[in-house]
Amino acid sequence: MTTTAPAVLVQDLHKHYGAKRAVDGLDLRVETGEIFAVLGPNGAGKTTTVEILEGYRKRDRGSVSVLGEDPQHAGRAWRSRIGVVLQSADDHAELTVREMVAHFARFYPSTRDLDEVIAAVGLTEKAGARTRQLSGGQRRRLDVALGIVGRPELLFLDEPTTGFDPEARRSFWDLIASLREDGTTVLLTTHYMDEAEHLADRIAVIRDGQVVALDTPAAIGARAQQHATVRWHDGTRHEERTATPTALVADLAARFGGEVPGLEVYRPTLEDVYLGLVGEATR
Amino acid sequence: MTTTATQPFVASRRAALPGTLSLGLERTRAEVVTFFRERDAVVFVFAYPILMLAIFATVFGQDGTTVGPDPGIPFAQYFLPGMVATGVMLSSFQNLAVSIAVERDDGTLKRLRATPMPPAAFFLGKIGSVLVTCVIQMGLLLTAAALMFGVSLPTEPARWWTFTWVFLLGTASGAVLGVAFSSVPRSGRSASAVVIPIVLVLQFISGVFFQFNELPSWMQSVASVFPLKWLAQGMRSVFLPDWALQIEPSGSWQHGATAAILAAYLVIGLLVGVKTFRWRRRDDG
Repeated sequence: MTTTAPAVLVQDLHKHYGAKRAVDGLDLRVETGEIFAVLGPNGAGKTTTVEILEGYRKRDRGSVSVLGEDPQHAGRAWRSRIGVVLQSADDHAELTVREMVAHFARFYPSTRDLDEVIAAVGLTEKAGARTRQLSGGQRRRLDVALGIVGRPELLFLDEPTTGFDPEARRSFWDLIASLREDGTTVLLTTHYMDEAEHLADRIAVIRDGQVVALDTPAAIGARAQQHATVRWHDGTRHEERTATPTALVADLAARFGGEVPGLEVYRPTLEDVYLGLVGEATR
Repeated sequence: MTTTATQPFVASRRAALPGTLSLGLERTRAEVVTFFRERDAVVFVFAYPILMLAIFATVFGQDGTTVGPDPGIPFAQYFLPGMVATGVMLSSFQNLAVSIAVERDDGTLKRLRATPMPPAAFFLGKIGSVLVTCVIQMGLLLTAAALMFGVSLPTEPARWWTFTWVFLLGTASGAVLGVAFSSVPRSGRSASAVVIPIVLVLQFISGVFFQFNELPSWMQSVASVFPLKWLAQGMRSVFLPDWALQIEPSGSWQHGATAAILAAYLVIGLLVGVKTFRWRRRDDG
């Protein structure tokens, strides 16, 4: 991996809106060919960061390189190498799915086969339908089709499955995973931990405009495995956090001479790790 | 970027980006298709000038009343130039000012901005689609005027030459002013509410709905600042007989001034439009 130039390299990125520091010294490196997830609560700076990478917004400070160019000054050739799937859109409502994919394909120097793209996002049956007639999930899949029709080297997906039913999410995940096999680098923002865990090679957790954790899903998950909570109830409630829960339970069993009353051994889920990282007080 | 050369599709990456002109045509096609699928808007845009001509010709032209000294001009003929001018303004200025504001809101512009489409292709597409709708609208209006209201259309080539340049300058300046004005409404939803009153007021003071020479002179002066007055006057020079100059406040068709003022608006609209155009909503960072 170290011999390849990164698809995205961000150093000490700052973006302020008045007194609000939306992005506050953020560093990021996305390798070519990986699926990289950016996680964080609303207002953490995910969208601001991604929109700076996409060339929509200007940064206040720091350096940004996307496919070797500065998005702020990059031109058409650079735009033909990226794909952008925005958070929400209901444009071109009167065109059909096929017309819209064909229309956007015209902008690019090299494109995928239109029917293949439409099939890949599962809209073959809807190819002749006006886009205004699509459901929310179908509309998002069309957005992805428009994002990939120009054969991007790097695809940005901003919270792509918000509002999806579980089945739609599954098929969407399969679609994204298939893009990796084509060699497409994917930068995904989401606030679903399970989505990041399922799709991503690496996860960055963002809070207050900074990266607070960066690792593979397994390694971030391992953090969860380090400590368990043991609870029991012998008239009063006891709760103990420990790295060696088995030993604690054995001690308790000896102390109570058999069954421990109200015993619970609880390991935090990945979700808990994430919530711990982003400092969310309520669930 | 030698490092990415291992990717399978990089070889075709050398293919040239499509040209601005051909993408402008592609955008025109998409805009026109979209326009004709919005049936309610199609009916409104095409029927409005004809309907207005019918109402004014009927209301004012009762009992064979005419405009001006004997032999007089039939009302349908007198109002036709105004309806031509108002049709051009609706299809260019009002249409673009509202539709671009809506497209800024619904994400059309933002999505297009992320593609390798050159911005000029977007504007070419807008101008192309405005031209197509204006030409169709004019065809319908003039046909209706001739067949339903018995207006005799001019036959001299010189008058049609005047029609052509006034029409093209009016459409072009209306289109660029519409692009520039699209940044004024705060949202797509408020766009119609902001744009339509302006259009209505201009119609009343510019000699579209009333005889221009019967308006108070201060109102004529105010109207002279705006392009619609010049567009309507230019069209009167096409469709009214030469003796109608007697009832023109300036006593002349002022073709030079008309061309200069419409061209000035074209340039101002372009400069302001380029400077103020936004691909994203105001509240979008």
